[in-house]
Amino acid sequence: MQAKELIHLENISKSFDGELVLDELDLTIRENEFLTLLGPSGCGKSTTLRILGGFILPDKGRVIFDGQDITNTPPNKRNLNTVFQKYSLFPHMNVEDNIAFGLRIAGKSDAYIKDKIKYALKLVNLDGFEKRSPLLLSGGQQQRIAIARAIVNEPRVLLLDEPLGALDLKLRQDMQYELIRLKNELGITFVYVTHDQEEALTMSDTVVVMNQGYIQQMGTPEDIYNEPENAFVADFIGDSNIIDGIMIRDRKVEILGVTFDCVDTGFGEYKPVDVVIRPEDVVLLDPGKGSMDGVVSHIIFKGVHYEMEVTAGGFDWLVQSTVGHPVGTPVGIWVDPYNIQIMNKPESDDEKAVGVEE
Amino acid sequence: MVSRGQKFLERFYIGFVFFLLYAPILILIVCSFNASKARTVWGGFTFNWYVSLAQNEEVMAAVRTSLVLTFSAALIATILGTLACIGMTVMKKNSQSAIMSVTNIPMLNADIVTGIAIMLLFVRFAGLGMMSMLAAHITLGVPYVILNVMPKLKQTNRSAYEAALDLGATPTYAFRKIVLPDIMPGVLSGFLLAFTISLDDFVITYFTKGPGINTISTMIYQQVRRGINPEMYALSTILFLVILVFLWIVNRIQNDEPQAAEAQAKGKVAA
Repeated sequence: MQAKELIHLENISKSFDGELVLDELDLTIRENEFLTLLGPSGCGKSTTLRILGGFILPDKGRVIFDGQDITNTPPNKRNLNTVFQKYSLFPHMNVEDNIAFGLRIAGKSDAYIKDKIKYALKLVNLDGFEKRSPLLLSGGQQQRIAIARAIVNEPRVLLLDEPLGALDLKLRQDMQYELIRLKNELGITFVYVTHDQEEALTMSDTVVVMNQGYIQQMGTPEDIYNEPENAFVADFIGDSNIIDGIMIRDRKVEILGVTFDCVDTGFGEYKPVDVVIRPEDVVLLDPGKGSMDGVVSHIIFKGVHYEMEVTAGGFDWLVQSTVGHPVGTPVGIWVDPYNIQIMNKPESDDEKAVGVEE
Repeated sequence: MVSRGQKFLERFYIGFVFFLLYAPILILIVCSFNASKARTVWGGFTFNWYVSLAQNEEVMAAVRTSLVLTFSAALIATILGTLACIGMTVMKKNSQSAIMSVTNIPMLNADIVTGIAIMLLFVRFAGLGMMSMLAAHITLGVPYVILNVMPKLKQTNRSAYEAALDLGATPTYAFRKIVLPDIMPGVLSGFLLAFTISLDDFVITYFTKGPGINTISTMIYQQVRRGINPEMYALSTILFLVILVFLWIVNRIQNDEPQAAEAQAKGKVAA
């Protein structure tokens, strides 16, 4: 069951000063979807959002909104609202006037505006803040006012450009829940831009992983995490062991000189591949009982689990386990065939697991 | 440690410098209240020169001309200068700095050169009169407006402007409601500076004025050449005081700014 298509970005290309930022990007956004554009800085995610908002014109391609071409429509004529990355509240107006700004332009009645302000402030848990100056609010409060100011206009789509980037961890987590709640209560489409993979996985219906102006992978958070399509996605989403391997035949892959069982087929025989294994999927056994033996070389306590490095077969395996082993302990390594992810080697630089700042 | 004597010397020195700087104007002001026409004799205190000044039709005409000319020139210069700043912010770095240097030329150029140049232009194409004076005074004022508005405009938050567009504002409405209040202190001090510079200009006005038109400064010049009339001391004193007041206001506006920004920063930390 798929919702109606609301926005279609059609083969969008954009360069700045001769540098290609978006390359033939094609993306469909459905009604009531929480879609996140995720990627490292410079991947083109913010540019995509600004093209949607109407602040940048694409060099090539079209923006279709509800069946209509809005590529050249200015921002003030688009039925979508943006929550900006930097605090964009109007500093010389109080909270009330900030929220009423769009409604007054639309020529709504005073009673309607008053009602809406009350409703919006309640929605973002800031009742009674009407007369405050935005300059005296905390970062989280300012961002919530910015959200209130956008949603009172009842846009079909809310665009959010790293709205939580400037907040501290605890506040960011609270705001994530708040955004999910808002999206469910309002029933509008959210397009969210972030470089934070946790944020993307927590809130989204659909995650679009971008790098160097290309969409690397698009799917549900579970798909993206469990079935990364290439090394870039695997590396960017969560921690991964990415190891060179050779697909010997269907369901058999050789890693670090040892043959592992896996479930993938159709790669051909003796084909070089990338093998991805999530650190929580590496099982530590007694020496000799696993597929290969190694020695614990590092251990740190992370709260929920221990994070260990195990040197085996000349490779440092990243391992997460609730059971910790002291440095120097000999262990056996075993991986469930279902947890071994086989990927084709990248055909271009764009798909390589490039240095990702975090 | 600073000894008492040292401190006294410091103060004395500063006082002496200021005395030297302002002694001439002080003498002018004193003379404007002197009942005797002789500059070296004190004939008692009087307001007579101010009274007869107010009754002098020729002087009052010059004052009116000055005010109309100065006010319109400052107003037009403020509008043009502010528009120029907005244009410049969307330009690329190189063209922006090129235009910035060009706009500084009237400020650094010798007034007499600017004056003669504008005179030649108008004599050739339009004739001298109120229009040529107005054009000259606008030229004089625009760089000061740009100098005051540009830094303010660079400080403004671009996303606030974009947010206004996003909420349905047309670019003009967004500018009026969001950007203008933000840069208003710069616009205001630009206007006042342009006003002051224009009010107090003699050289450029002298070359571009039409026959029979006088501003306060060209009027004083003419009168003083004919012979000393203490009315002119009174007029000069008023001119000096008016400009002093304007500069004080400009200073207040510019000093209030950093304080407001500080208060804003403090508010953020406190919250």
